[in-house]
Amino acid sequence: MTDTRDVKIRVRNLSKVFGNQPDKALKLRDEGMKRPEILEKTGQTLGLSNVDFDVMEGELLVIMGLSGSGKSTLIRCLNRLIEPTEGEILIDGDDVAKLDDKSLLRCRRKHFSMVFQNFALFPHRTVQQNAEFGLEVRGEDKEVCYQRGRDALKQVGLDGWEDAYPSQLSGGMQQRVGLARALANDSTVLLMDEAFSALDPLIRKDMQQELLALQHKMKKTTIFITHDLDEALSIGDRIILLKDGEIVQIGSPESILTSPANDYVARFVEGVDMSRILTARSAMTDVRATARDDDGPRTALRKMGDNGLDSLFVVRRDRTVLGIITAEDAERAVRENLTDLSSIIHSDCCQVSPEEPLHNLFAMFAGHHHPLAVVDEQSRLLGVVIKGSVLAELAEAGEAHA
Amino acid sequence: MSDATGFTIPKIELGDWIETGLDYLTTNYSGITRGISKFTETGIDVLNDALMWLPEWALIALVTLLCWRLAGTRLAIGSVLGLGLIWNLDLWDPMIESLTLVVIATLVAVVIAVPLGILAALSDRFYKVIMPVLDFMQTMPAFVYLIPAIPFFGIGSVSAIFATVIFSMPPAIRFTTLGIRQVPNDLIEAADAFGATRSQKLFKLQLPLSLPTVMAGINQTIMLALSMVVIAAMIGADGLGNEVWKAIQRLRPGDGFEAGIAVVILAMLLDRLTQTFSKEKKPRS
Repeated sequence: MTDTRDVKIRVRNLSKVFGNQPDKALKLRDEGMKRPEILEKTGQTLGLSNVDFDVMEGELLVIMGLSGSGKSTLIRCLNRLIEPTEGEILIDGDDVAKLDDKSLLRCRRKHFSMVFQNFALFPHRTVQQNAEFGLEVRGEDKEVCYQRGRDALKQVGLDGWEDAYPSQLSGGMQQRVGLARALANDSTVLLMDEAFSALDPLIRKDMQQELLALQHKMKKTTIFITHDLDEALSIGDRIILLKDGEIVQIGSPESILTSPANDYVARFVEGVDMSRILTARSAMTDVRATARDDDGPRTALRKMGDNGLDSLFVVRRDRTVLGIITAEDAERAVRENLTDLSSIIHSDCCQVSPEEPLHNLFAMFAGHHHPLAVVDEQSRLLGVVIKGSVLAELAEAGEAHA
Repeated sequence: MSDATGFTIPKIELGDWIETGLDYLTTNYSGITRGISKFTETGIDVLNDALMWLPEWALIALVTLLCWRLAGTRLAIGSVLGLGLIWNLDLWDPMIESLTLVVIATLVAVVIAVPLGILAALSDRFYKVIMPVLDFMQTMPAFVYLIPAIPFFGIGSVSAIFATVIFSMPPAIRFTTLGIRQVPNDLIEAADAFGATRSQKLFKLQLPLSLPTVMAGINQTIMLALSMVVIAAMIGADGLGNEVWKAIQRLRPGDGFEAGIAVVILAMLLDRLTQTFSKEKKPRS
């Protein structure tokens, strides 16, 4: 790990057994049994088993898994809404798992604020009073509560709605209140439990972007739970993949996609939108012909004719790209007896790196039909991508995974 | 109990035991019961005098205004007509006496019931203990409470209030417990996540959210209190029940119905008025 940031939360050996005989279940676990067998033998559900991970200061860590994978249990163990059965949760050096009731309250007030899947707003309080809740239970002055609550609402774009009740707001706005309530507290860690899962897709995308912007600005350590891989990939600095209460893989979005730790992860990432993973390189074709910067229009036109092209990249001797010319323009240049290409070169042609994800290429094709130049860091021409080959590549990828 | 063989199972002396217990209580704690009796009597007298001191028309105007503000024109008109009829039938004083008993019994019942309800909502153990007790209190025929009331507090209104409180308390307890228990779990979890203490949860979340349900329970308590206050005429309580009781003894159905109708009017007014509190309103805190 190249991370040089400090560790904010260190989770070690965390396990949770649901049931009245946790020791029995853990013993069987240590003998190598898995969740279904333990359930059958003892009636105890192994919610989490030996979970180890670190949360870095200021990172956005996504914990992802399907329902029943233990992700909600995990996030609730961190602030002990669910009591862990064994293990350590060190936050700034204190073990949350060992705190007595009083210290636990203090710890929750200082370190954790939480955003919930179903918003969990207080229906009898106004938006403003909801935002103030965390400060109020902490015993802050009325003035401080009011001001910070207001600031938080402003941050999530809800100024003007202070006196409304949650029931008067749409789902997206309600979750903004939930977010404001968590931000107002200025806790050191933000816990988000499927925070955007109940929102419709467009609003969800907006909220993801806003969360990213806020997170970027405030550098707040955030733990985000989701069952949606797309969401995890688009917002996570790192992703933890959970299955049956165990960590399957920890890594950056790229590493999860490109080197899945096992079949489970591989199958999991199959469903992902392939245009995110496929890059320009996979849709790139070789350059059949190029025009040199000292070629005349006639030569260029002949090269196009010979190769059946209606446009041509113009390169220097070292193959750095100058631009693109079209057959149409070349013909006109011939008619007008121009001797060089400089006046008809479109130097604004799109150049992309081979690592550019395919889904970003669509937008570049939007205005015109020219091919894209795939270039290396020195702007040397490696190949071209035409619109058709992007689609063909996507179709192929889709079939391969169908 | 005996069969052909002559083998007998002795009757369990349940009644005797209860009487012994009650005797013990009356002889040993008469000081306390006297004190309560004196205190309650003073309360009844003060409230009674205050309500009687107001001229009839003034009280009618006051109630009508209250009905109009809380429930609207229809109830206001109803209250003028209803109270006017009671006045006209010469049942004003007994009506005031009944109202006083209901008000005091309800106050005492609520003061005891709401904390018990909260306790039952927060503690599963207490819940398990109190629910059968409530079942007992509610299914025991109401008249039975009148009997021990007499040795405790003597014939009269204080006994009536004692019996009424016991009889009318259960719904207030039940509804309070229900109201608090039905506060959604995810809200409790949210409050926990922000580090709220038990009492913060209770006062900032559970009580405000359960208020409409608690008020519905109090409404039930008032209705039960009114019915019991009427029955309590049998042990010498004043009020409309006494009028009914006299009508029975003198076999005058006309008088009985007049008093009965007055009870109905009083009941409807109290019910509609208190219902307005239990309707779901956006509480502003």
